[in-house]
Amino acid sequence: MKQKVYIYRSFERFWHWAQAIIIFFLAATGFEIHGSITFFGYQNAVKYHNIAAYSFIVLIAFAIFWHFSTGEWRQYLPTAKNMKAQINYYLFGIFKNAPHPTKKTVLSKLNPLQKLVYLSLKILVIPTMVISGLLYMFYRYPQKGNMEGLNIESIKVIALFHTAGAFLLLAFIIVHLYLITTGATVTSNLKAMITGYEEIESEEKKINTNDEFPEESKILKNEVGHA
Amino acid sequence: MKKIIISVALLGLVIAVSIGILSSKETEQNPLSLLQAKLSDKPAPSVDHTKFAVLKKKFTSPQQVTAACISCHTERAKEVMKSNHWNWEREEYIEGRGIVYLGKKNAINNFCIGTEGNEESCAKCHIGYGMKNSKTFSYTDSTNIDCLVCHDNTETYAKGNEKGGAPDVTVDLSNVAQHVGEPKRSNCGVCHFFGGGGNNVKHGDLDKAMFDGPKSIDIHMGTDGMNLQCVDCHKTEKHNISGKMYSLSSMNRNRVECEECHTESPHADAILNQHTLKVACQTCHIPTYAKANATKLDWDWSTAGKLKNGEPYEEDDKDGNHTYLSIKGSFKWGNNLKPDYIWFNGTASHYLLGDTVADTTVPLVLNPLYGSYQDKDSKIIPVKIHTARQPYDPVTKMLIQPKLFANKKGEGAFWKDFNWERAADVGMKDIDLPFSGHISFIRTEMYWPVNHMVSSKENSLTCTDCHSRENSRLSGMNDFYMPARDYSPFIESAGGWLLLLALAGVFIHGTIRLISSRKMKKRG
Repeated sequence: MKQKVYIYRSFERFWHWAQAIIIFFLAATGFEIHGSITFFGYQNAVKYHNIAAYSFIVLIAFAIFWHFSTGEWRQYLPTAKNMKAQINYYLFGIFKNAPHPTKKTVLSKLNPLQKLVYLSLKILVIPTMVISGLLYMFYRYPQKGNMEGLNIESIKVIALFHTAGAFLLLAFIIVHLYLITTGATVTSNLKAMITGYEEIESEEKKINTNDEFPEESKILKNEVGHA
Repeated sequence: MKKIIISVALLGLVIAVSIGILSSKETEQNPLSLLQAKLSDKPAPSVDHTKFAVLKKKFTSPQQVTAACISCHTERAKEVMKSNHWNWEREEYIEGRGIVYLGKKNAINNFCIGTEGNEESCAKCHIGYGMKNSKTFSYTDSTNIDCLVCHDNTETYAKGNEKGGAPDVTVDLSNVAQHVGEPKRSNCGVCHFFGGGGNNVKHGDLDKAMFDGPKSIDIHMGTDGMNLQCVDCHKTEKHNISGKMYSLSSMNRNRVECEECHTESPHADAILNQHTLKVACQTCHIPTYAKANATKLDWDWSTAGKLKNGEPYEEDDKDGNHTYLSIKGSFKWGNNLKPDYIWFNGTASHYLLGDTVADTTVPLVLNPLYGSYQDKDSKIIPVKIHTARQPYDPVTKMLIQPKLFANKKGEGAFWKDFNWERAADVGMKDIDLPFSGHISFIRTEMYWPVNHMVSSKENSLTCTDCHSRENSRLSGMNDFYMPARDYSPFIESAGGWLLLLALAGVFIHGTIRLISSRKMKKRG
């Protein structure tokens, strides 16, 4: 039984799209600073990249607060359950019109592969980019200033981490943009992230099978009902 | 609707916070107009020298003028006699060598090589009279001070050629003595624009075109601009003139810094201001030098001495620059040149007369300038590198100071007799150094920091002149990582492959999906 469910709440959608715009903009300005492309002009690229970076950090601060206050962070806890089925689906099932092995629900929006990839973005790639980015910005040449202990001999290592992270993010975006089209229909995932609503399998049944977080399930269910 | 308002409000907040954080970092723009007003205010002289009785007479020798000067300015001569303009040397500490009295008496350059033995000619640019020989010249006789070469305001004073520093006989000493004042560009330029035996030969950024040139040559000195005089920046107290050239100095002191007027954070953009920690102002603001006339880039002494019909001759290029002189050898010239760039911390070393050369397979740098990325006092500066082949004794391993100038043939001077062995023998004997009788020519280099011919803001370098993969001005400086110029080949190719594989994977996966879904539709 399918029903239309409000799956992405307003802040979540705002966060997602703001993050998307900022990351695209950071990539464009960043790769100009890196010397790969020419578009904004070097001085502007540096200026815009810094503004976008601060915006991103503010957004991340809000997003962290949201994740913890709503308990949504649990969505990203990795699980091996269904992992093999999910991989098999992307490699074979998808071509045979087989059903998605992981049922999407409000309480479990992500399949095991998504959980793993998004979690590594959240705890590895994004922190690497933020930390190396801040060091890049506030790096002040060797032996200047009084904090000898905080001396960084060269910007090289910082820059290499920052560049490597940028390539990873770009690769993620390419795959992510494609996987959007692998929902129930080609556009259903995109529509869901825009409107918040998606037609998914009946929720009642799923909640009963989800016994991982019974407490949160109740709370979430109530919240979803109000949203 | 409510959600949209909340979203827009949040986005607005994010933008407002980030703009707030960023704009607080920007510094106030340096008040250039205040600086211009300050420098435009030139007080009138407090005395009129035409009214002094002591100057209203016929002077028969320049020494009489000096005596008249000293009769009023009683203590000034003592100041002058402490200066390197007078002594042709200054006390310097050189790393690894200790304290030396460094100057034209003991250093060697790769232009006319050195003054020793050639003083009568070289002393045209000494602020004294009667310099026949630097060893016998009396550095304590104050009447030999040439006050006029620096303080003449008539622009009629000129030193004679090969007269040991004495003025040309045509100079009206009384008139000049009555019209003296603060030195002008014409006073300094008459020597400093012509170092190395011709206009702009040595420095490359000091050219006779700057006597009264436009600000397109130098933004500070342009007569259509601020029209600054040399001493406006080279501030002078008690005849101690600030600023010096590292052809003859070694220590990080008494330098003229742009920051004295322009401060350390002159830009409106905070990121540009951060550059001043490691990049000298000159690096971006002097994009080219030798803007008006050519400067000498290479001097090959080994070809000197060729004669036509027993007579020395010269060859010139289309601009009138000598490309060959029998007395000096072959030259290469250049104008509108991009400088070379090096790290410099304000200290230098020097080849001094009598030093032995360890390795002649690489060019010998006569004045190595010290600095590196890791050195906190170092900044990137623009330099002119002058190369040469100059005489060398392969047995004693010393550079040779030849006798070049003499009034007549037969004294061993190369410029009269064109005999290297004889000129080297006489020259080295004059400074009590051995000469084996053998001469070869070795490659040498000199580094000349470029400090003048500053361009306008609009004509200065922009980010991508250095921050770019190709044709970076700093492509030769490889001891640090610079954004845009540098990258890790590994990360670059790994990243490229990653993106390519992602695209290919997506493409192949998508294609198979498309084909299989069509097949399934067909099957129904």
